[in-house]
Amino acid sequence: MVDPTNKTPDNKVSPPERQYPDPKAKLKKDPPTTGHSWDGIEEYDNPMPRWWLWTFYLTIIWAVIYMILYPAWPMVTRATSGILGYSTRGEVAAEIARFDQQNQVWFDRLVETDLDDIRADGELQSFAVNAGAAVFRAQCSQCHGTGGAGVQASGFPNLLDDEWIWGGTMEDIHETVRYGIRNEDHVDARWSAMPAFGQDGILEEDEIDQVVHYVLRLSGQQADATLASAGEEIYLANCASCHGDSGEGDSFVGAPALNSAIWLYGGTYEDIRYSVVNSRFGIMPGFAGRLRDAEIRAVASYVHQLGGGQ
Amino acid sequence: MSASEETPQLYQAREPIFPRRVSGAFRNLKWWLLALMLGIYYVTPWFRWDRGPELPDQAVLLDLANRRFFFFMVEIWPHEFYFVAGLLIMAGIGLFLFTSALGRVWCGYACPQTVWTDLFIQVERWIEGDRNARLRLHRQKWNVDKVRKYSLKWLVWLLIAMATGGAWVFYFTDAPTLLQDLLAFSAHPIAYTTIAVLTATTFLFGGFFREQVCIYACPWPRIQAAMMDEDTITISYRDWRGEPRGKLKKGQAAPEGGQGDCIDCMACVNVCPMGIDIRDGQQMACITCGLCIDACNDVMDKIGKPRGLVGYLALSDEISERAGKPALSAWKHVFRPRTMVYTVIWAGVGIGLIVALFLRTDIDISISPIRNPTFVVLSDGAVRNAYDIRLRNMHNDPRQFFLTVADNPSIRLTIEGVPGQLVTVGADAQLNQRIYLTAPAGTDPSRAAQTPVRIWASVAGDTSRIFGETVFNGRGQ
Repeated sequence: MVDPTNKTPDNKVSPPERQYPDPKAKLKKDPPTTGHSWDGIEEYDNPMPRWWLWTFYLTIIWAVIYMILYPAWPMVTRATSGILGYSTRGEVAAEIARFDQQNQVWFDRLVETDLDDIRADGELQSFAVNAGAAVFRAQCSQCHGTGGAGVQASGFPNLLDDEWIWGGTMEDIHETVRYGIRNEDHVDARWSAMPAFGQDGILEEDEIDQVVHYVLRLSGQQADATLASAGEEIYLANCASCHGDSGEGDSFVGAPALNSAIWLYGGTYEDIRYSVVNSRFGIMPGFAGRLRDAEIRAVASYVHQLGGGQ
Repeated sequence: MSASEETPQLYQAREPIFPRRVSGAFRNLKWWLLALMLGIYYVTPWFRWDRGPELPDQAVLLDLANRRFFFFMVEIWPHEFYFVAGLLIMAGIGLFLFTSALGRVWCGYACPQTVWTDLFIQVERWIEGDRNARLRLHRQKWNVDKVRKYSLKWLVWLLIAMATGGAWVFYFTDAPTLLQDLLAFSAHPIAYTTIAVLTATTFLFGGFFREQVCIYACPWPRIQAAMMDEDTITISYRDWRGEPRGKLKKGQAAPEGGQGDCIDCMACVNVCPMGIDIRDGQQMACITCGLCIDACNDVMDKIGKPRGLVGYLALSDEISERAGKPALSAWKHVFRPRTMVYTVIWAGVGIGLIVALFLRTDIDISISPIRNPTFVVLSDGAVRNAYDIRLRNMHNDPRQFFLTVADNPSIRLTIEGVPGQLVTVGADAQLNQRIYLTAPAGTDPSRAAQTPVRIWASVAGDTSRIFGETVFNGRGQ
C-alpha cells in the first residue's frame, strides 16, 4: 500500500494536496490503523475482501452440513454415523468387492485353464503370478519367508531351489497347496513318516553312526571310510526303500534326496544323526476350503516361477 | 493517523473497474500477443506427427495413461523426467531474467490471467459499450436492457471459458477422437470434469475476480520486488515532468513555471485494468500492461507536449532526467552483470538439455538384484542369484535382445520361463524379466562373497548393445 503523503526525505518534490474525484477514494487511501506502533511501524486496519468473508461463512455452513451427513461427533463406543451411513471400513469392503468382481473373469479363466497351460498364456500367467504373490505374502510367507527361501536348516523348505520333497511340477505344487502335508483335516493330504531309528530302538548306536557316515559320503561330504562302508548295508536295508539306492529321494512318498547339497534340517554329522535317531518332519495346512480354487492355482503358479519349477 | 470513528466494515467490497478503451502501440502489441498465445494454446493439440503404426500421431501429447510425453520428434519416458525438470528450471531462470531486465512483462503481457481478463473486458466492451456506458449500466436499476446485456455478456464469457477448458483436455489424449467422444457424450468422465472445472475457473477468474487474483492470490507480485533493481526498465510516471499537475483550460496559457505536463485528465487511471493510479509510483498492483502509456501519449499528442510522461524507464535514470540530462540507453540498463549471469545459467541449462537429448540411447537396461534371499544353493552345490531386469526399447518396432554375462565365463545366464538367452521387447515398451545367474560349485564366483558382473543386452541383428553392472553373491567361504 503506497501512502502518497509519506514521501522519502530525499524526494524534493512535494506535490500539492491531491484532489480525488470520488470522496470515498480518500478513505481508501488513508485507512485507519490498528493503533499499535512497533518502532514507528504501524499496521493499517483494512477490512477483508468480501469473497474472503463469504468463504468464512461457507466453511461454517459446510461444517454443519458435514456433521449431518458424515460421522462427526465421538460418542462412548463409536462416532455418530451421519445420515449417509459412510464409513472408511465400508468403503474398503466395497472396494474389495469391486476388485473381486473386476477380477472374476480372470478367476474363471484360471480355473478353466489346465494347470500346465497357464504358463503359455502370457496375460493369464501375469495375472496368476501377481495374484499368487499376494496370496503367498498373506498365507505362506510365515513359514516359507517373504522371498520363498524358507528357513535354512530348520525344516521350512526353500521354494527357490531345484529340489522338491513332494515334486516341483505345477500339478505337484498345486496338490501340495490344496491338501497340505500331514494335514489331518483332509484325507488326500500328502503323508509320509520316517521311523525314529534311535528312539524306537530299530538301530543300535554304532549302526546309526555307520549309516550317518554313509549318508555324508552320499552327499559328497567328508566321511570316515570304514564307518561309511559298514553303513552301506544298513542304508540299503533300512533307508533305500524310500530314499533310493543312491540317495536320489522319491517325491512320490515325500522322501528327500540325500545325495545333494540341499538339507532341510542341516547336513552336518550332528544334524543327520539327530534326524536318524528322532525322525523329524514338518506339517503344512491344506488350503482347499480356505482359499478359492483360483487363488490356489494362482499361488501354485507363483511358486512354480520362483526359480525351481519343473 | 487515528482509528476511525465509524463502525468498521466487516469486509472491503470490491470496487468495480471499468477500463476505458485505448489505442496505441502497446494496445496493438497486446492484441498481437493475445492472438499469438491463444492461437498456440488452441491449435497445438491439432498438429499431427507421424510416428509409425504403434505410436500416437499427435505432435504434442501428454500420454499419462502410457506415461509418455511426445513433443514433435522428441519422446520422453518417465525415467527421463529430468528434461521436464530442466525445462522448469529454464522457465524459472527465464522469469528472473525478464523481470530483472524489463520488470513484470510476464504479468503485463503473457500471464493467462492477464490475457483472458483482457479478452473478457473486450467482450464486455463490445456488448455494453465503453467505460461511461458500462458505468451507467452498472449503476442503473435492473431492466430488460440490463438483463439482456448482462446475460449476453455472461453467455459469451461462458462460451470462451468452455473453449478454454475444452482445449486443455486435448493435450492429454488424441484430439480428434476425443472431440468426437465429447460431442457424442461418450468421453471419459474425467474429461468432462476437467472441462467443467477449468470452465468455472476461467469464467470466474476472467469475468469477476480479475485484478483480485493478482492482488490477493498470486505470489509473483510479492516476489518481483526481489527480482527488480534500480536498472530494471519498468513503467513509471515522470513526476519531475508532470508535477505540479493541473487542469489546462482551452485557449488559456498555463501559468508559467507553475504547472507540470500532467493535466490530471485521469486517462491513465481510467484505462487501467487494475484500477490504480500509476502516478502514485511503483506499487504491487501494477502489472505493467502498458495501457496507461498509450493513454497518456494520446493526451500529450493532443496538448502538444512530448510523449513519455508515463513510460518505460529505469529508476536509476531519475536523477539524470531530473537534471535535464539524457538517460542511459535501454541496452546499457539491460546488459548488466545480473542479467548476464541469468542468461548464462539459462543458456547453460538449455545447452545441457539439448546435448542430453542427442546423447541419450534408445535402448536401456536396469538391473535390480533380488536380495531376499541373496543367493540360492542348488542340489548340485551351484550358487544361483536372481535379478529383475528392465529392458527398455524406445524404438517404434519390437526388438530382440540377446542377454549375456560376457566377462565371467564361469557364470551361466538363464531366463525365467524362456529357453535360451533371447527376449523380445515390444515397440516403445519396457519388459520386466526375471533372470538367473548360476555359478557351478567350486568356481570362484560361487565361493567369493561378491563378484562384480556386467549383464550385456545386445540387439539381435544390430550392433547396438548396452550393459548394466551388478554383483553376484556367493557363499562367502
